[in-house]
Amino acid sequence: MRIGIDVGGTNTDAVLMDGRDVVTWSKRPTTGNVIDGITAALRHVLDHPDVSPRDIDAVMIGTTHFTNAVVQRRGLDRTAVIRLGLPATQSIPPLTDWPDELRRAIGGQALMLHGGYQYDGRVITPLDPQEIRSAARRLAAEDVASVAIVSVFSPVSPDHEVAAAEILAGELPNAAITLSHQIGRLGLLERENAAALNACLASLARQTIGAYGRALEELGIVAPLYLSQNDGTLMTAAFAARYPVLTFASGPTNSMRGAAVLSGGADAIVLDIGGTTTDGGALVRGFPREASFEVQVGGVRTNFRMPDVASVGLGGGSIVEYGGQVVGPVSVGYRITDEALVFGGRTVTATDVAVAAGRAQIGRLALAMDLPADLVDRALRVIDERVAALVDSLKTSPSPAPVIVVGGGNVLVGDSIEGASEVIRPAHAAVANAIGAAIAQVSGEIDRIFSMEGRTREGVLEAARAEAVALAGEAGADPATVEIVEVDEIPLAYLPSNALRVRMKSVGELKG
Amino acid sequence: MVWYVDQDKLENVAIGAGILGTGGGGNPYYGKLHVKRLLDEGARVAVVEPDAVPDDALVVSVGAMGAPTVGIERISRGDESLVALRALEEHLGRRATHLIPGEIGGGNSTRPMAVGAMAGLPVIDGDGMGRAFPELQMDTFAIYGVSVTPAALADIYHNTVVFPHLADAVTLERYARAVTVQMGGAAGYAFPAMSGAEARRTAVPMTLTLAERIGATVRDARWAHRDPIAAVLAVAGGQVLFRGKVIDVVRRMAAGFARGSLTLDGLAADRGARMTVDFQNENLIAHRDGAVAAVVPDLICLVDAETAAPITTEVVRYGLRVAVLGIPAPAMLKTERALAVIGPAAFGYPDVPFTPLSGDYGGDMPAARPAATTA
Repeated sequence: MRIGIDVGGTNTDAVLMDGRDVVTWSKRPTTGNVIDGITAALRHVLDHPDVSPRDIDAVMIGTTHFTNAVVQRRGLDRTAVIRLGLPATQSIPPLTDWPDELRRAIGGQALMLHGGYQYDGRVITPLDPQEIRSAARRLAAEDVASVAIVSVFSPVSPDHEVAAAEILAGELPNAAITLSHQIGRLGLLERENAAALNACLASLARQTIGAYGRALEELGIVAPLYLSQNDGTLMTAAFAARYPVLTFASGPTNSMRGAAVLSGGADAIVLDIGGTTTDGGALVRGFPREASFEVQVGGVRTNFRMPDVASVGLGGGSIVEYGGQVVGPVSVGYRITDEALVFGGRTVTATDVAVAAGRAQIGRLALAMDLPADLVDRALRVIDERVAALVDSLKTSPSPAPVIVVGGGNVLVGDSIEGASEVIRPAHAAVANAIGAAIAQVSGEIDRIFSMEGRTREGVLEAARAEAVALAGEAGADPATVEIVEVDEIPLAYLPSNALRVRMKSVGELKG
Repeated sequence: MVWYVDQDKLENVAIGAGILGTGGGGNPYYGKLHVKRLLDEGARVAVVEPDAVPDDALVVSVGAMGAPTVGIERISRGDESLVALRALEEHLGRRATHLIPGEIGGGNSTRPMAVGAMAGLPVIDGDGMGRAFPELQMDTFAIYGVSVTPAALADIYHNTVVFPHLADAVTLERYARAVTVQMGGAAGYAFPAMSGAEARRTAVPMTLTLAERIGATVRDARWAHRDPIAAVLAVAGGQVLFRGKVIDVVRRMAAGFARGSLTLDGLAADRGARMTVDFQNENLIAHRDGAVAAVVPDLICLVDAETAAPITTEVVRYGLRVAVLGIPAPAMLKTERALAVIGPAAFGYPDVPFTPLSGDYGGDMPAARPAATTA
């Protein structure tokens, strides 16, 4: 059995799953130190009479802890960025487009040294060990605790990053080192930014993920611990402690993956309806479709693969005004249990309308029965139109698609939505993120430029496929289950040199 | 009239240049950051209108060429174009007095500003395309008879190559591409060199101002929660050809260029209709339900339906919600002489006549002045 945990801003959810079945679940407030909330949620699911800590095969945690640390500029290490690429790249030094206060918060050390590769794997300049050693001594004098090493075209060849890390480790034995090729894709500045964000989280990640492990130990759980990544797949706790930046968008991803598993839908629209907003996304072959624009995290441009999520201001707490012609975006939010009519309050909310119309049984129906019928009709029409518009904007083809609704506000939606082939309302929808974490798979991803000299396109794709599959295996996937889920080939524009950029992702089930 | 580049105007130019890139031209972000740093360090860059340039000025077009995919990873050293410029000056035995962008669309909008900041030279308010095109022979300098040579290229190591004489722009395109590949897929260029009189006769005028105004109005509209797409069209001229969702993207490689097409399903007023857009780095032709809606050299620009952020042919993908804008080409691109080089036939559509979009490039701006007469 597996335990999935979602540490959100408000609640810490845990689910115990046997295969794809939910055995038990819990929802506890997130605590200031995070760990107490996790322990409380774990204790609750382990209280189940049929379960002993020995039965747990794996624990998966999805957390927004590291994103929040960057956004709030809290607990960040003194960090240096070493870029290998001279004489190229000097037009834009590292950390150039960062918010000033974030750059100051991490100490803002940036060095450009020799090294790096051309697109075809030729060396730009050889690595200069003496130069790296003297840089290391300067960083030591500045009390730098963590270093990001970024070489030009490291996705094509990681060798310079690896070699520079070895030299640096000799001079700065206590520094944490982040290598950019482990994190990102092509796009030097975005990958470098991600590596620097990762580096500044080094101590926090070691402490936090160490504390997760101790919490499990204290409860007698000996199973391995995994963390959710942006793309909804897993990494080991040891890897996550070194690459915390990969957890950044795991929240919405887990929620959508959870919805996929709860409903069995592979291609569907998911609506997560909360108190104030509805977040929608599209599942393609069971995974969230990704945004194609650069994503800013804490004001820094990165090229993470983030789920493409659209939000509208419509939720269970949305205030109904003008005789039902307007529903939201203003919401009573968490005060719904005081302010909504069905809870004895005086504000007409979307939930009251849903109760009056018989879509939901929440609070006291009698308190909503006085609402004028035409107000209820109008408000329902507005809700349905807004939901239909969101669904339509998320669809990837004109044909009707299944729509999965999760979240506490899912009762707002009736049993049909215009443009939807069916409305699926899975059980345990309130803990979809924790379920998404629990059922996650492991992945391998490459993004590289391949030379076509002496090879066919098919040959290149075959080589890329083998590499992506091997990476998933290294991450812990059962080789028999690994499949390629994404292939993206982009010929290099403006160059008649026959090179092909290939992005490929494989996923498989966790071994054991 | 002279204006000086500041952080605000720089940001505006980068946004406008992205839209005028018609899907290609490279991302202006990198050049913008470089110029931003130079301005922070105290550099000043003047932008002068073409009419203020003396006849005997030596005007040189400078910028970067190569694969955008290389440009976003092996970022430029920064002075490649300056080194190419110096090599060209050495060959000519004269110093340049003015710089001019080769293409306003995309990354080369801001690179002359960086060279201008380093060399202390003013940049002329104009360019050779009024948009972006994939090949060197497609600029108005070449079309209207400016000699393409001497031409110079330089790489990150400051290796330089000077072509003293080549037959024509198509030959330069072939030779320069080959050298660029050897230079690691991206290089700085300096060509063509021309007199002030030639620049006034052959450049599409006032396009830096146009890009700046487009960027300014987009930012104002976003800030005030007005429709940024309407704001763009009010400044640039043109119309919304279609609003829809990308439902298919097909790419293939042909002779070093990313060719392909995308299909859109209509939303809002265009519900039920379908648009396809073919591209070769830049968008070439848009069909609405099978009928031509706009064709090169008119500008076909994909922008995000909400924010008006430009969407390049490299990042366009399934599911994006976009508006397709049709902006009439500058008059100089619509002459018989220009259409022979950049009309539909030049891009593989021999059977499609060029039917111009109504309106003027740049709306009321002086950029839409009458086409040049041939020399």
